[in-house]
Amino acid sequence: MPLGGHLLTILIFFPAAGALALLLLRADDHKWIRGFAFGISLVEFVLSLGLLWQAPVGTAGYQREEFARWIGNPPINYHLGVDGISLFLVILTTFLTAISILASWKNIEHRVKEFFVMLLMLEVGVVGVFLSLDLFLFFLFWEVMLIPMAFLIGIWGHERRIYAAVKFVLFTMAGSILMLVGILWLYNVTDTFDLPAIQGILQHGGVPGLTPGVEMLLFLSFFVAFAIKVPLFPLHTWLPDAHVEAPTAGSVMLAGVLLKMGTYGMMRFCLPLFPEASKRAAPYVATLAIIGIIYGALVSMVQPNLKKLVAYSSVSHLGFVVLGIFAFHNISMQGAVYQMLAHGVSTGALFLLVGMLHDRRHTFEIAEYGGLSTPMPHFAAFFLFVALSSMGLPMLNGFVGEYLILLGTYQAHWQWASWAALGVILSACYLLWSYQRVFFGDITHEKNRTLPDASARERWILGTMAVVILWMGISSAFITHRTADASQIIIDRVQPPGPAEAATPLQHAPRAATTHAATTRAPSAKEISLERLGSR
Amino acid sequence: MFPSTADLYRVLPELVWCVFGILLMLLQPFTRNRHFLSAVAAGGALLGTFASYVAAENAGSGFFNLVQIDAFSQFFHLLVGGVAFLVILTAGPYLHRERLEFAEFYALLLFATAGMGVLASAQELITAFIGLEMSSISSYILAGYRRDALKSSESAMKYFLLGSFATAFFLYGIALVYGATGTTNLSKMGSLNESSTLLELGLALILIGLGFKVAAAPFQIWTPDVYEGAPTPVTALFSAGPKAAAFALLLRIFATVPAATHFWFWAFWILAALTMFLGNLGALVQTNVKRLLAYSSIAHAGYILVAFAAVTFMKNDLKEGAGAAYAAVLFYLLSYALVKIGAFTIVSQLGGAGEKHLSLDDYAGLAQRQPFVAAALSLYLLSLLGLPVTAGFFGKFYIFKAAVNSHLIWLAVLMAVNSIIGAYYYLRLIVVMYMRDPSAEAAAEAPARFPLTVNLVLFITCVGTVLFGLFPNSVLNFILQPTLFGH
Repeated sequence: MPLGGHLLTILIFFPAAGALALLLLRADDHKWIRGFAFGISLVEFVLSLGLLWQAPVGTAGYQREEFARWIGNPPINYHLGVDGISLFLVILTTFLTAISILASWKNIEHRVKEFFVMLLMLEVGVVGVFLSLDLFLFFLFWEVMLIPMAFLIGIWGHERRIYAAVKFVLFTMAGSILMLVGILWLYNVTDTFDLPAIQGILQHGGVPGLTPGVEMLLFLSFFVAFAIKVPLFPLHTWLPDAHVEAPTAGSVMLAGVLLKMGTYGMMRFCLPLFPEASKRAAPYVATLAIIGIIYGALVSMVQPNLKKLVAYSSVSHLGFVVLGIFAFHNISMQGAVYQMLAHGVSTGALFLLVGMLHDRRHTFEIAEYGGLSTPMPHFAAFFLFVALSSMGLPMLNGFVGEYLILLGTYQAHWQWASWAALGVILSACYLLWSYQRVFFGDITHEKNRTLPDASARERWILGTMAVVILWMGISSAFITHRTADASQIIIDRVQPPGPAEAATPLQHAPRAATTHAATTRAPSAKEISLERLGSR
Repeated sequence: MFPSTADLYRVLPELVWCVFGILLMLLQPFTRNRHFLSAVAAGGALLGTFASYVAAENAGSGFFNLVQIDAFSQFFHLLVGGVAFLVILTAGPYLHRERLEFAEFYALLLFATAGMGVLASAQELITAFIGLEMSSISSYILAGYRRDALKSSESAMKYFLLGSFATAFFLYGIALVYGATGTTNLSKMGSLNESSTLLELGLALILIGLGFKVAAAPFQIWTPDVYEGAPTPVTALFSAGPKAAAFALLLRIFATVPAATHFWFWAFWILAALTMFLGNLGALVQTNVKRLLAYSSIAHAGYILVAFAAVTFMKNDLKEGAGAAYAAVLFYLLSYALVKIGAFTIVSQLGGAGEKHLSLDDYAGLAQRQPFVAAALSLYLLSLLGLPVTAGFFGKFYIFKAAVNSHLIWLAVLMAVNSIIGAYYYLRLIVVMYMRDPSAEAAAEAPARFPLTVNLVLFITCVGTVLFGLFPNSVLNFILQPTLFGH
């Protein structure tokens, strides 16, 4: 299997090759361009599914590592790898890219070729971010993905698109350049950019020049970059602008994948590299996350603009993810991973639905709609299904993530969990209320009376999303099995398993089987999560 | 007393450039064929550039320690020679469009290049002064080459007055250094260990003189006006060539003179911070593309000075670290020269007859009218901004690395802040090109077809920018050799 050894490289650069080929097509032949782009993204999705076989259940650590020397001085290497966490994020990315291309079939009319080129280049950057194991390479992809996204917002967006695009780039760059300083500082301390190597060096401790103060600064330099991306309150102000102005495909990618880069970064870098600083920062981060959860939900509730409502709901949902990460509990960590995926699908689907409404009426104002369930019943059904999944109805995907996060957080810090639980209630309020205003009641605008129901293409898109939502809600074990070990490794870094801990099992995460002697061990996190989900 | 053959080989690049310059002046009465003249000039520039390999084979100090040929000087010879070659290529169509004389322009350009070459290999302050004057005086004339344009004359006048003022500072500095050390030879100064107030004062004056040449704040006032008024190919030259040469001399002085390290750290620190902020904040409000790029070149001088601060800091304790900081400066100058020449070439072509179309609005919707040009210009801007897959990214990366290595965390953070400010105005130009529609009259005009030589320049600079952005190894290995300064 000569190519199989380079599956990760192929995954990263296949869309780039596709984008290059796309450039060669005639610019006015829109049908071909769309079909070609969709074909590329579909092949990429199938390839990414191949990762599932490459990283089988129960294998901790990075799989399918690829390593090549790139730049001699300083030693920067082309180092890729995949583990349980990045595996699903890559699949999510390729899945949403394909969906986005399908969703842009009709509503992108000018500069079609460039649009799909940008979308594919965005995919290159995001997949690269998730698969890089070299800090420099990671930073490179992190920055590369900025430009296509800015163009997607700036060229194909709505009225205030330029403002939104520039704001998006400036916010992200502000964080990432400080992260570059942090990366270089870390290099200065450890003499390498290689993530596993740095982890090993830091784990053994005794690194000269790494005082707690320095560790805190380094932690912050990474954390701020990620927090802007997530976005964590109060760094979230770019998000509503970017979302509202972006075209549908841009919003789907932004909410579905780009935000996850921030939380992924926290899991991959902040916690394992700077465990002590993470612990010290955790109460503050959790506070911000809880503020974000409640604030995002409250702002959503009063939004007259449907797309902004979904955007702020992202702030709220991502707050859960951050909370789950910084609760330092295996269950909440897995919940965070799960919530990242679930939010990607659900919010992606919400943006698709809102985009389809916009295609019909060219407005996001809730007041312009009302009573839509009469002219478009199928569409309304899909919308309800997705909204329910977003607010966390059991059997659907949103429930698993939120439940695991709250469960794990409760065991670590019950106060945090009780505050965060408010967000669950509020999300039901704003989603159901807005649903009621858009789809129920009398038809107040004549135009709405004749709106066409979901077309065949839209049904395909929404149907696929609905199947994924349902599947994730039912067979969550498929995913949690694979993420358990990866998140356990992260937790072990922050709270190394020791004899003191075994005595106080209530306070801390029960350890996975591999870390404890089988005789006296508590039930593993995996078992607990499955048990409780199964008895639901 | 005649110099030895080896000595002549050592200055072969300068000789070639000067000979071709004189040849062009002699040819002028006999031929008006612009293609012929351009070919001779471009050929001369290239020949001189390759002559630096001959010079490098005779590495060592020549002319009784007046010049020092080493990898460092070879790098800068290749750089300024390449810059001259590219500027000649882009100047040909420009001169034709503006109905200006060819031969004189090329001759002055080659003389200026020879001066920069001398600056890069000077091991002696008086020799350096000669090089500085050669390049400066030719530059003054070139700045005013569009005699009929008021702005061009203004540019030349300002450049001349302020430039000669700076040269006077430089000369006075040499005098003081001589008074303090009894020599103007850098290698002899290098073996002295004591530092005196007089020496430091002299070095400070030299720093001011060269600070003017590289447009470091607070000696940067002339830059926007001169860059704006000068013919655009000349602006391309200014932003790449003389700047690189002046930085080369500065680096050589501060790398060899031991007294030039201890307290210079703070001087460079402040200079760098000030230059970055003045350049970037100034650029924010510009609506003229040439002025915008001028302010951006001030800002970039600031970034390079960050590496200087790192150099002076490193020299105190460990030599290896300093090597990386030198490398940062050299690599940055290379990436920067590529980008600035490319960008100004596009500006000179889009400016139209008389350089009328220079405002940001004239670039609206360029992506729809001329997609390739817009893509190239965006690449240059992204490189200036320092985004990955461009040479500018690695340039900035190495400077950051040098700064962090020297524990200049705060300067690195200031540089980061400046990068963000810079991102705003570079993005603004990209936004105008891609996200706004062209004005009615611009859309009506047929898109300007670029001449072949201009396309060649764009091709070389684009490929170079991407190539060094992906594989900086080849250049770095050259720069990082331990015998960079011939020791």
